[in-house]
Amino acid sequence: MEYLLGLGDDALVAAQRLGEWVTVAPELEEDVALANIALDQLGAARLLLGYAGELEGAGRDEDALAYLRSDREYRNCLLVELPNGDFATTMAKLLLLSAYQLPLYAALSVGADERLAAIAGKARKEVAYHLDHASLWTVRLGDGTEESHRRMQAAVDELWPYTVELFAADPAAPVDPAGLRSAFLANVEPVLETATLDRPADGWGPDGGRAGLHTEHLSYLLAEMQVLHRAHPGARW
Amino acid sequence: MVSAVRSSDARRAAAAVLDPELRVLTIDDLGVLRDVTEDPATGRVTVTITPTYTGCPAMDVIRADIRAALTAAGHADAEVVTVYAPAWSTDWISEAGRAKLAAAGIAPPGPAGPAAGRPVPLTLTVRCPHCGAADTEQVSRFGSTACKSLWRCRACREPFDHLRAF
Ligand SMILES: [Zn+2]
Repeated sequence: MEYLLGLGDDALVAAQRLGEWVTVAPELEEDVALANIALDQLGAARLLLGYAGELEGAGRDEDALAYLRSDREYRNCLLVELPNGDFATTMAKLLLLSAYQLPLYAALSVGADERLAAIAGKARKEVAYHLDHASLWTVRLGDGTEESHRRMQAAVDELWPYTVELFAADPAAPVDPAGLRSAFLANVEPVLETATLDRPADGWGPDGGRAGLHTEHLSYLLAEMQVLHRAHPGARW
Repeated sequence: MVSAVRSSDARRAAAAVLDPELRVLTIDDLGVLRDVTEDPATGRVTVTITPTYTGCPAMDVIRADIRAALTAAGHADAEVVTVYAPAWSTDWISEAGRAKLAAAGIAPPGPAGPAAGRPVPLTLTVRCPHCGAADTEQVSRFGSTACKSLWRCRACREPFDHLRAF
């Protein structure tokens, strides 16, 4: 249940952040792209949270878990809750997230839990396209103008420490995150190289997301996401 | 308990339901319709479908349309079950479906092949569904729905949607 919440909350919070770009992306095509990627993440989040609610057996459905938990009850990694920043930061976040989700979903798709395997097998195909998309932009911006290179490098440098949390060992999990790091690096390092970007050095990274200890950014994100449901429970349109 | 059997008239009714976003294709053409069974004892029909994409907003409409089509065909007691494995692939789009797409000006997908994940993707040539030219360029990796990308033909200058291999 806690593990599923981690997976589902990563996808849900990432979807919410990506959705913030709708109508304000640098070009119309990118507006559509980010909305579609957000929709994929939201689709995975709904299935994962729905399953988590069933396992809990307390009558909470996907909406109850999404709209009626406080920030301290969210189990997402810190990476996805950080503000979007500029477009380079958003693409760096998407690159790191999808490079992590791809091997994670691939491993879960052949796991013992059939229900989770089915969801992961589906999400894996979608995330592969997200990784392609983020990779293309990382190369375009990194190997672009002096200014775009500077911004892309700054984004990667700023976000790199947040990847430490993604691979914290958890031997009890269906897939131990520690075992995914080499596949993650194999997804990211060639992209950075092609983009003429320096791969940041590994070191300390902030964590706590999986235990419910978040940055204040998540609180604002949830306030916006949950306000309507909390003010008008069960509202439909 | 009597086990469910395939129901041909219920299947025909469900198979005729159109995809809300690709109105030229039925859910059968698209490979979204997986199975239709009927319990001979109760007459209850169970329709199994699978989504194209997990976040596909058309699924609720498809479920409602299936129930309406079955009710119209005399099967008011119908249940729609959604499965996620095996994951839908554009390889499941029928030959008839591909022909309908092309006729509607949407370039059909190539083979989906193994799951992607290449760090730097390669782009394959897509033929223009209007004039057949191979001299085309991708305008946007995403089109009006998650399953499409937007292309432009350099020969006839027409823009077109491409259902991307997935
Ligand atoms: Zn043409």
